Amino acid sequence: MSLQHPAWLALALAWTAGGTFAAPAPTADELALRSLAATCAACHGTDGRPPAGSAIAGLGGRDRDDLLARLIGFRDGTRAGTVMPQLAKGYTPDQLSQLAGWFAAQAR
Amino acid sequence: MKRRDLLTSAGAVGFAGLTGVAGCAAPAPLPTRAQVVVIGGGFGGATAARYVRLLSQQRIEVVMIEPQPRFVSCPGSNGVLGGTRTLDALTLSYDALTSRHGVRWVRDEASAIDAARKQVTLGSGATIGYDKLVLSPGIELMFDEVDGLRRAHDDGRVLQAWKAGPETLALRRQLEAMPDGGVFAITVPESPYRCPPGPYERACVVAAYFRRAKPRSKLLVLDANPDVVSKPALFKAAWRDLYPGIVEYRPQHKVIGVDAAAGLLRIELQDAVRADVLNVLPPMRAGALAVKSGLANAVNRWCRVNFIDFGSSVAPDVHVLGDAIQIAPGMPKSAHMANAQAKVAAAAIVAQLSGVAVDAHPMLTNTCYSFVDETNAIHVASVHEYVAAESTFKPVAGAGGVSAQRNEAEGAYAAAWARNIWADTLGT
Repeated sequence: MSLQHPAWLALALAWTAGGTFAAPAPTADELALRSLAATCAACHGTDGRPPAGSAIAGLGGRDRDDLLARLIGFRDGTRAGTVMPQLAKGYTPDQLSQLAGWFAAQAR
Repeated sequence: MKRRDLLTSAGAVGFAGLTGVAGCAAPAPLPTRAQVVVIGGGFGGATAARYVRLLSQQRIEVVMIEPQPRFVSCPGSNGVLGGTRTLDALTLSYDALTSRHGVRWVRDEASAIDAARKQVTLGSGATIGYDKLVLSPGIELMFDEVDGLRRAHDDGRVLQAWKAGPETLALRRQLEAMPDGGVFAITVPESPYRCPPGPYERACVVAAYFRRAKPRSKLLVLDANPDVVSKPALFKAAWRDLYPGIVEYRPQHKVIGVDAAAGLLRIELQDAVRADVLNVLPPMRAGALAVKSGLANAVNRWCRVNFIDFGSSVAPDVHVLGDAIQIAPGMPKSAHMANAQAKVAAAAIVAQLSGVAVDAHPMLTNTCYSFVDETNAIHVASVHEYVAAESTFKPVAGAGGVSAQRNEAEGAYAAAWARNIWADTLGT
């Protein structure tokens, strides 16, 4: 599944709208990606939107390439941090790419 | 037939949700069935309720059964003992779950589970049928494992304050009443127990209070384990650097008896220990309902699950979350882990009720912050992936770790983490 696919973008927008209209049932791939992104939510907020004023960065609506570069930097040890260098190493580059794409498509 | 049932009940809850939004004063009638029933409104249960609604785009109806009027966060509650936080600041509303996310909250206790008939009995005697049950019952403290503890606890003399609430405030009052030069003893049960770093954080923040307010006092950590269970080097460094002459750590000290009147703790194979304030944490097991329902099938203490979807290994369509489960390797009994498990289970439940495949490779993360004084914190973090060949979660090799050293930046992150996971869990 390509993150740039128009069908995927439409789905992301449907999620963003809060599911208040009758959208088709989620597919297995969509649920799996949503579930992967949810592993970030406890610290970074649901859908990457933390409460206002959070000391932990929001992820929703960020630039995809910038987000991915940061995640890869944490993973390969070129970017310093406290928790993120340890967590980013738990994901494959492909998973980090999927996460960057998903969060970039969310509302800020 | 089943599909027809789902449609019928979905319509019923849709109506109930609307009346809730409209602020209708008359209490809605109790639902007699729901697609998903969640027992427990803690980090596991509330997150599961919220995420089934979120991931199903509010199509799947959820009833949450929780008797407590408000959510009280255990993370942060050591700060109440240390005098840096209030319990009010840790006490949160379930309103957003109901009004914003359409979770139907039944404020009652679940008294029985009939897995064969797929039905939960409430304290009132009413029953609610389900297609999927999420059980997140937390822990039961096994007071009878320590001789004399149940009576000492019931008398209010020896407190646990491990479930945040009135006991947290009561233990704080005992610490305030203790004279300068007194001794406070915390006892740690054999692992696994809820919140591995919790007892050691408690030692730090109470020692910080002693340092400020009654510096001649002592704090004993009596640990049934052979070493500090979580972040050992960082906690020992904090005790050595920040609290010399105050904190004393004694490994392999398993408490087997309490004499509250004499202030004595009897220790297995060791001399008895005297203290002015006793905080005895007994062994723990899955919440009483799980044990009573036959779901705690690992040494009659913890619930075995199939980790792909957290389904009980003995009861179909019952998913067990949080501190109550028999853990996978390296998996802590923490709020963050319960929240993470709940999302995996919620996604699986939505997939199963939608007739699509369950994610074959679910992931979990965990981050636990501990304060070591008023402002400095340390963390332990891990990433866990489902390994199909072994049917379990395993920590991803090379990932995870602990803080390089205690620092104030992580104190700020710890506070932010708490606010953010509360919002993620309760949908605020």
